[in-house]
Amino acid sequence: MADTKPHVYLELRSDPVYLSGARQLIASVAQRLGFDEMACSQIALAVDEALCNIIRHGYDRATDRPIWLSVWPGRKDGQDPGMLVVIEDEARQIDPTIIRGRELDDVRPGGLGVHIIKEVMDEVEYEAREPAGMRLTLYKRLVQKDDSQDADQAGASPAGSADQGRVSNDG
Amino acid sequence: MTGDGKFNIASEKHGESTVLRPEGDVDMSRSSTLRSALREALGDKPSRLVVDLAKVEYMDSSGLATLVEAARNARTQKVPLVLCGLTTKVRAVFEIARLHQFFEIADTASAAIEG
Repeated sequence: MADTKPHVYLELRSDPVYLSGARQLIASVAQRLGFDEMACSQIALAVDEALCNIIRHGYDRATDRPIWLSVWPGRKDGQDPGMLVVIEDEARQIDPTIIRGRELDDVRPGGLGVHIIKEVMDEVEYEAREPAGMRLTLYKRLVQKDDSQDADQAGASPAGSADQGRVSNDG
Repeated sequence: MTGDGKFNIASEKHGESTVLRPEGDVDMSRSSTLRSALREALGDKPSRLVVDLAKVEYMDSSGLATLVEAARNARTQKVPLVLCGLTTKVRAVFEIARLHQFFEIADTASAAIEG
């Protein structure tokens, strides 16, 4: 791996009051990496939902537990421009295969976080972390201008993951 | 007005209708404030409850869940609950969760009040 150290590293407490700061950091970094405004918002939303799930389900709303957030500008091996976010905790471990979003036809409060994360990010991977806790790896690809036409022609939803980040001129 | 830090929710009466105007991000740290305001508004048994989201720049799934809960309570009471003023980013979150089809959504507060 060419660049395994994160370019941005943040440790925060599992207190919902810090969600806003984490979102702003992620959105700001995403913007400087070249993502358009909607993609920045979606990446920040995915991170917010992941943090909420850790606080709510992993730590049972305890506000004094650690969460670590690491960011790379693309994959760790330097390939594929985009944004890689790794979120780690010391919460109880669960089988990653049972983590899934609920059926959306069943409209009820709650249970939307995992669905949103998987919808807006290109790659989502949960795994148990050693020696404790869970690790969530999120990746969103940065679509170059030459690729954007293909994405548009694929019938991209305005809200879904097919609406990839675009290279913007003001990034 | 209900306040939580910089999160304010103005409540206005328009005849028999009530309009709630939250202002600021609606995330896990603030959704309980919105939930309380919605319950209080429904408790007054308005003929129509409008939630104007024009000044909400960000909403996560806890905000969506709060609105779904309120909509269910409103339907039980036979009170129309109408959302309006959704920003592009907030509307995108509704679409990701496919809740834009579940809620009655108007473009403006006046349209929402008139029904």
